[in-house]
Amino acid sequence: MRKFLIFLFLFSAVLWAQNLDFTAEDNPNDDGSAILLKWNAAEIGAATLRITKLEENGDTTLVYLSSDVIGQYILGDGIQPKVPANFRLQALDVTGNILAEKEVTAVAKAQWFNTNKISLLIMAIILTAAIVYYIFSARSGKELYIRKIAGLESIDESVGRATEMGRPILFIPGTLDLDDMQTISGLSILSKLAQRAAEYEARLIVPVCRSMVLSTAKEVVKEAYLRAGRPDAYDPDAVFYLTDDQFGFVAGVDGIIVREKPAANFFLGAFYAESLILAETGFASGSIQTAGTAMPSQLPFFVVACDYTLIGEELFAASAYLSKEPHQLGSLKGQDLGKAIFLVVLTLGIFLEIIGVHFLKDFLTIH
Amino acid sequence: MKRNIPLIITFLVGITVIFSEFIPHYPFGMLSGELENWFLIISGFAILLGQLSLFKVNILKIKFKKENWQYSVITLISVVVMIGTGLLWGTKDNTGILGNGDQIIAVMGSKPFDYLFDNVYQHLQATMFSLLAFFIASAAYRAFIARTTESNLLLIAAILVMLGNTSLGSFLTSWIPEAISFLHLPKLAEFIMKYPTTAGQRAIMIGAGLGIIGSSLRIILGIERSYLGGK
Repeated sequence: MRKFLIFLFLFSAVLWAQNLDFTAEDNPNDDGSAILLKWNAAEIGAATLRITKLEENGDTTLVYLSSDVIGQYILGDGIQPKVPANFRLQALDVTGNILAEKEVTAVAKAQWFNTNKISLLIMAIILTAAIVYYIFSARSGKELYIRKIAGLESIDESVGRATEMGRPILFIPGTLDLDDMQTISGLSILSKLAQRAAEYEARLIVPVCRSMVLSTAKEVVKEAYLRAGRPDAYDPDAVFYLTDDQFGFVAGVDGIIVREKPAANFFLGAFYAESLILAETGFASGSIQTAGTAMPSQLPFFVVACDYTLIGEELFAASAYLSKEPHQLGSLKGQDLGKAIFLVVLTLGIFLEIIGVHFLKDFLTIH
Repeated sequence: MKRNIPLIITFLVGITVIFSEFIPHYPFGMLSGELENWFLIISGFAILLGQLSLFKVNILKIKFKKENWQYSVITLISVVVMIGTGLLWGTKDNTGILGNGDQIIAVMGSKPFDYLFDNVYQHLQATMFSLLAFFIASAAYRAFIARTTESNLLLIAAILVMLGNTSLGSFLTSWIPEAISFLHLPKLAEFIMKYPTTAGQRAIMIGAGLGIIGSSLRIILGIERSYLGGK
């Protein structure tokens, strides 16, 4: 009888334990600073689930309180890589009585590769390979066709016009800082424009709204004048800082446009709401205007108010296009191949989604 | 050497940041955030360069009585007054060198810096921003003049979207039967904004994304050097 009771007790204990499923494991694809906690207490009928972390000194820290009987939680606070962490899950009824509890231990590990980004890596490798391949093709003397970009062809026209009219050229490299690729592209175009302005002896005005852009733009313009063989014509005050404030900067530039009446305006970089205010003021003053940005919401404004607009990728292609160097043009061709690959993948993705196959979408989604 | 060292730094940092995107393990995982902090620190110091440029350009204009030099006087006075009030009596949450300026607060209602910020700066900023409404009107007028097939299409789409977002648009097409309710102006406007416009914007963003990758590679590999003043 006694043995039977012990067996019954153990059997019920095992059954009871099976009802509360609680696991703790390393959260994948991170630097070992998180633990993934999962629980399933559907069969217990608990009102609340309380997860606590058991500290080494015997203290407990509340990690999570949940009313969901099935769920998971990623704990990212106080977790160290390679250090075991103990957790306790308590299933409570409405009055707070403990119905069941379970303790687990987990060790967080840092991973050397984020498997969630495998699709991104494959795409990056394909695109990089395409660009590098075309760069080497161009270096070996292969003829590459690059379509004409009217906005960039207009640089000579603008500088010529400014020289003939005896008026300055205004260049704005956007309103964001150097950490934005559009600003860097704008400065690359400024380099070519400044060289041409130096050759034609046209005056250049470059107001900027970021201090880091100021020092870089100064260096770019100075080097361009040196390249053109006109270091004497370089005016260090041609590149100057106005203000970091968005509309303060607009007011300053608008004032310059109205007073100086530049023959040509270049707005090349990242712009926000100031785009139309700048472009319309330039239009009213009768300047020939070239704009370029990768901000989709500002492009319509530039298209309407400017003579030439570089749309998105054209802004980034500008420097390579203007340099006419084969290896730079090769990189543009590589980008085009990348675009063709993306087009094929997009079309395939649309087709697969329509017929109910979600493999490609799931593969490309970065979780 | 002057050109090579920046190129080597650019290459090493660029490659490391690309690797850190795929490697969460220490120290790669924290590199990206850490480099962003470096950028913020450097740009903090660079603010001084901007202020020096501002003072230099405007002082030279005043000194040589260049055209419109009076504006430079106003600029410099504004800069000095704002910096001065901020330093002496602080801002809303910060105490200045002379404390909080309680006597001034009793007269002006707030600290001098905050008073100027709320009553001058914000109004000037709002004035500049409100100019946008007038500029949109003038730009839209030019864009919507029917000259070519494209501008005709633009005109029609613009009218549909504008009417669809007003109660008039809803009223004008309310009589259309439910069976062809997709012709209701609000629904047409929603369709134009949701599908053709979004598709166009995404196409631009994909192109720009590829352009950024291409430009970044050119810079990392040292092919593109014009941002350093090179060819």
